[in-house]
Amino acid sequence: MNAEVRPIRTAAESGLIEAFEAARAALPGGETAARLREDAFRAFAAKGLPNRRVEEWKYTDLRAIMREARPLVVTLSEADVAASRDLLPFGDVDAVRIVFVNGRLAPSLSQLNDAPEGIRIVLLADALAADAQHALLLEGAPADNAAIALNTAFASDGLMISVDEGVSVVKPIHVANVQTGGAHAAYGRVLVSVGKGASLTLVESHSGDPAGHQTNTLIGLDLADDAKATHLKLQDEGLGTLHLATFAARLAARSALTSVSLSSGAAAARQQVFLAFKGEKATADINGAGFAGGRRHLDSTLVIHHEAPGCASRELFKTALDGEARSVFQGKIVVQPVAQKTDGKMMAKALLLSNDAEADAKPELEIFADDVVCGHGATVGAIDDELLFYLMSRGLPKAEAEALLVQAFVGEVLESVEHDQLRDALSARAERWLRERD
Amino acid sequence: MPAVQETVARVRSIDVDQYKYGFVTEIESDRAEKGLTEDTVRFISAKKEEPEWMLQWRLDAYRRWRTMTEPTWARVDYPPIDYEELYYYSAPKSFVAPKTLDDVDPELLRTYEKLGIPLREQEVLAGVEQRRVAVDAVFDSVSVATTFKAELARAGVIFCPISEAIREHPELVKKYLGSVVPTSDNFFATLNSAVFSDGSFVYIPKGVRCPMELSTYFRINERNTGQFERTLIIADEGSYVSYLEGCTAPMRDENQLHAAVVELVALDDAEIKYSTVQNWYPGDAEGKGGIYNFVTKRGDCRGKNSKISWTQVETGSAITWKYPSCILRGDGSRGEFYSIAISNGRQQVDSGTKMIHLGRNTTSKIISKGISAGRSNNTYRGLVSAHRKATNARNFTNCDSLLIGDKCGAHTVPYLEAKTSTAVFEHEATTSKISEDQKFYCQQRGLSEEEAVALIVNGFVKDVLQQLPMEFAVEAQKLISISLEGSVG
Amino acid sequence: MLSIKNLHASIEDKQILRGLDLEVKAGEVHAIMGPNGSGKSTLSYVLAGKDDYEVTEGSATLDGQDLFAMEPDERAAAGLFLAFQYPLEIPGVATMTFLKTALNAQRRARGEAELPTPQFMKLVREKADSLSISTEMLKRGLNVGFSGGEKKRNEVLQMALLEPKLCVLDETDSGLDIDALRIVSQGVNALRAQNRSFVVITHYQRLLDHIVPDVVHVMAKGRIVRTGGAELAHELEARGYADYLEEAA
Repeated sequence: MNAEVRPIRTAAESGLIEAFEAARAALPGGETAARLREDAFRAFAAKGLPNRRVEEWKYTDLRAIMREARPLVVTLSEADVAASRDLLPFGDVDAVRIVFVNGRLAPSLSQLNDAPEGIRIVLLADALAADAQHALLLEGAPADNAAIALNTAFASDGLMISVDEGVSVVKPIHVANVQTGGAHAAYGRVLVSVGKGASLTLVESHSGDPAGHQTNTLIGLDLADDAKATHLKLQDEGLGTLHLATFAARLAARSALTSVSLSSGAAAARQQVFLAFKGEKATADINGAGFAGGRRHLDSTLVIHHEAPGCASRELFKTALDGEARSVFQGKIVVQPVAQKTDGKMMAKALLLSNDAEADAKPELEIFADDVVCGHGATVGAIDDELLFYLMSRGLPKAEAEALLVQAFVGEVLESVEHDQLRDALSARAERWLRERD
Repeated sequence: MPAVQETVARVRSIDVDQYKYGFVTEIESDRAEKGLTEDTVRFISAKKEEPEWMLQWRLDAYRRWRTMTEPTWARVDYPPIDYEELYYYSAPKSFVAPKTLDDVDPELLRTYEKLGIPLREQEVLAGVEQRRVAVDAVFDSVSVATTFKAELARAGVIFCPISEAIREHPELVKKYLGSVVPTSDNFFATLNSAVFSDGSFVYIPKGVRCPMELSTYFRINERNTGQFERTLIIADEGSYVSYLEGCTAPMRDENQLHAAVVELVALDDAEIKYSTVQNWYPGDAEGKGGIYNFVTKRGDCRGKNSKISWTQVETGSAITWKYPSCILRGDGSRGEFYSIAISNGRQQVDSGTKMIHLGRNTTSKIISKGISAGRSNNTYRGLVSAHRKATNARNFTNCDSLLIGDKCGAHTVPYLEAKTSTAVFEHEATTSKISEDQKFYCQQRGLSEEEAVALIVNGFVKDVLQQLPMEFAVEAQKLISISLEGSVG
Repeated sequence: MLSIKNLHASIEDKQILRGLDLEVKAGEVHAIMGPNGSGKSTLSYVLAGKDDYEVTEGSATLDGQDLFAMEPDERAAAGLFLAFQYPLEIPGVATMTFLKTALNAQRRARGEAELPTPQFMKLVREKADSLSISTEMLKRGLNVGFSGGEKKRNEVLQMALLEPKLCVLDETDSGLDIDALRIVSQGVNALRAQNRSFVVITHYQRLLDHIVPDVVHVMAKGRIVRTGGAELAHELEARGYADYLEEAA
């Protein structure tokens, strides 16, 4: 190896090193967990925060975006718990709700003991004591990815959820994350395994006040043979927050995953999806809708690994941008030699509502098997003037006509949510953005 | 290679080896000392009888190159090149700038005859169906002959070796050389700026439609020799030129380096059509030998409503690293890129284009067809960007990949960057294989499996072939079949 | 001309043909009728040599040549022509180019000289006109954007041009309206000759009103279960296949 190329650390990097030193003793888990955290943090510290010269972060220069490291919250105050009640979404939805405020479990808001038959929900701290390897090593996602490494190093509160073989859980499990009070850092980790032939709906939400919080969230999802999972995400962080998120799923034979996300918050968000097809004939539908105004930055990065034959993946991402907002879409489909008969399609569309908005897209195909049908598409453009004119000629004011067209644009994504109440809640959030364009 | 179809018939008869241009010309050479120092640069400049400003230009580039590192981002993999083990200048020993073809070494003439390159104007004229093509033939480091110069001169067109242009048209060279690809642009372009030995220079004056196709034919012969040619084409206001480039090299076990720079400048309402059929030696089936083709090609649509169109058929080279690009600076300018890249054996191709929209109402179109066979890897890499002031920028991109066999790879890495809401970018890409049913249908009608594959592949690349001048298209079509030989079954 | 003996064939280990015998003499037109799933299309694919079909027992010869020893293109050159039920589309390959490539490939395989372009063009125009195929259609990509009827007419055009000994028509009537059916049938009838035989595979009798067969076979469960004259087709139309299914079971 050459000499260390960059000895100079940014304030945020130094802050993270200090924070890790300060927090490590108190982080949950035994010796194995401590060693795994140490390894992960070293992997991060060796390279520091990724910048635009790192290909995967070309359009999201985390070193420039993250100026300093926020402190972790050690004990959760009652005031913050009280304040978080108003910030909780999906209040009307009949679900098993577990709430983390400022990265800490809020037992008074959670229904930990109401889990339906056949599903076990264990706190991350307890899980770490029993099986640290399983809780901290994430297969199918790159361990040296900065967001993942930091999550592994710092994850304090979180959940391990498992659904027994053959059990269909009807009621959604809603993991809510709320940030409130002084600007802080929050790390959350939820690991889910769905047994053979079982099914589950997992809802995650992220919301909070506009302070400069830093959230780093990780969801790991393991689907056994013939299992089914629906994953819904509402990223509605306060507009000062830096949101780093990882969703990593592994699919065994004939399993099926549907994931739908709506991103309407955060000053800057990097949302990564890592999908690995491990068994034949599995299917995944990954859909995302995003809105950004002001000077917000919204990054969706997907890596789909086809490692088994006969699997199908579909990705559809739609983003509407106003003000000086910027969206990034990076999507990569990798088809290994063994993954014959792969059917992979990816589409990313960006709609620019303001002349100062910017959209960057990098859809990628990396294909090593010959009997496949793969494709991707990407479009960037403004609202169709002719459609706008048509609606206005029918009497709609411009703003309303625009809103209608944007709604139609993202509608395709939100309509893929099967759960009525959740779909309505997400649509309502989308409508609000169209009024406020923040 | 241009315009000569009998060579193709000849290829058919060579069934032992697929590469038809693999012979070596036994000719004594005058070479610079091995390795690269300031003295090498001075030697080349002196050989070319260059003025002092040109020497300084080269030395600046050389000094900068010494501070640069070789790029590694492309999806290609090759052992490190020892730049001190290369010869940077090689010319046939007999070479004194020939006045007429009778002065050219007969061994060289035989070489071009074998390659099917018409160096005698009457030979070209003799072909009834052929259009006339003016040829500049570059052998290792020097231009050996340029045809039709007199007739072109009557139209005001300058078509000559760049070494001659440096001496005789210094004002044009000074103004445009390095203005599209700066000496500092990238590792290989900087190296080229220091040591380029020859290449073609074209100037089309205002309002002139060049009366014939212009063509340069590049040949690397000498062992361990880098070829660093430099091409500069300027289309003045309202002019038009179609330019063809062909390349071959002998089969050698060692890898040979080819690092060319091509600069195109199109002024107001001018149009340049640049076509390449690249057929450098690709190495043998095991990946031994072959050309490293690291080329910087860029066109500057400097004037309003100017147009630059790149068409390439890439079948050769062990490694290809090239991204013919357009800078759409002038309002209303247009850039096009049509590409067929075929990889077989152990070839590695990383190619594509950049369309940089700077001016208003600029449009670009990219059609790329990649075909991978054998154990090769074929990557399309492209960038389409619209800057804030590039209102109404338009791009359409279509990238299709076809895989033949299960040991090759096809990759697509496009970048889209839109900084204005008035831009409309559309990108689509697909990867597929030849369907067994299509193949069976053709076989049922009597085509062999290889013929069936060649036919379907030719259909697959048709959109691009149509962009080539007729003679080139016919040749390219056959070249595609040859490149895919042995890929079936 | 065509002699099939005790033919057994399977696809992906599923047995489809179970001991089929068929003798077609020069100049004869045989119709093979049968319910869905009886193995009619499999028979055509096995004769033409499609990859996924495995012959497990039996033989088939064309004028004494062992068909199963040949590649699909060799069978074509030997004079076997299959009119596909679903002709394939090949984008970018003009129909005219395809016709020329196929004809010359077969001529080469038979040791004949390739046909010069002007003669070829004249030949195609002639044959195309009689099938109401326009020059514009010949310039389009092979079968790309063709209607069902156009595709079938294109199959007959190829048949006319390639002049095979044995034509196997696989459900050529499917997807055709009455006018298209008439044009296609006329095309086929024009090709009937002393030294050319036809195997017409169809589900319905209506095609046989236009192309009148010498012999009609009923196929069920992978075998020929009954053979008769043209009148057998009418009988089938009236009574259906149910009896034969029981018989064959």
